[in-house]
Amino acid sequence: MAVTVGTNCGVSCRVASAASALVAGGLFGAGLAISGMTQPSKVVGFLNFAGGAWDPSLAFVIAGAIAVYALVFRVVLRQRKAPWFDKVFHIPSRKDLDLGLIGGAAIFGAGWGLGGYCPGPGLVSAAAGHSSAILFIVAMLGGMLLQHRMAKK
Amino acid sequence: MTSTWWTALAGGGLIGAASSLLFLTHGRVAGISGIIGSLLPPVARDLDWRIAFIVGLVAAGVVLAIAAPSAVGASVRSPVLVVVAGLLVGYGTRWGSGCTSGHGVCGLSRLSPRSLVAVVTFMLTGAISAYVAGVVS
Repeated sequence: MAVTVGTNCGVSCRVASAASALVAGGLFGAGLAISGMTQPSKVVGFLNFAGGAWDPSLAFVIAGAIAVYALVFRVVLRQRKAPWFDKVFHIPSRKDLDLGLIGGAAIFGAGWGLGGYCPGPGLVSAAAGHSSAILFIVAMLGGMLLQHRMAKK
Repeated sequence: MTSTWWTALAGGGLIGAASSLLFLTHGRVAGISGIIGSLLPPVARDLDWRIAFIVGLVAAGVVLAIAAPSAVGASVRSPVLVVVAGLLVGYGTRWGSGCTSGHGVCGLSRLSPRSLVAVVTFMLTGAISAYVAGVVS
């Protein structure tokens, strides 16, 4: 499947591009649900290994995801000069460890352990109509906006 | 849905396949917090694939609510704590350039040192937070 990319992307190409991202999002959401990540009680039970009755099963989620992605990522990079619908692969190149990375990850973890939602499962649960997840997503968007504002200063 | 280690593994595999598809088609890291965050000001220029991916995630939630409602569990905290959790997750993922998907799946697969540090950090504070919240509530 050789699609000419970038500025040459016509209507059908743009439709195929959006459709592929839509399918990826749908599969991602299904994977989150099948894996148990949309069960806040399981997530909290997994993170709370100091609290007794530890539920380690969610460790297999990241193991399964990395097993597939690590392989396909390398094969795609070796076989192709560019993705189907873009001119280049967008691979993060930073190697430095800064305060934002560590402080941000620490704050994210605190929120994840508290609510049992990370962004993907939170959004899927909100779309499924759970009022607490909707509340979580609204607050999360607020937290993101706040960070964007502070980063500008 | 009672999730065991093998449903966790299979679901994880599907997450990896979905992330692989996004990388093959768009060359992008499937980082949920980054994709959502770039829809907020300052808004990213390439919105098409971002919006399409989010619509796919939302569609999965809607289908689940109809086809497998038990796959989405109830919240374990009070609404006030859920709001606090949301603020922390939103602020932290943007400041830290990623969440469970971007750093956890894509970053660790690339053997990124930044992602490894981020994952160790958020697993550690997540464990502390889940423990403290469990003791207090």
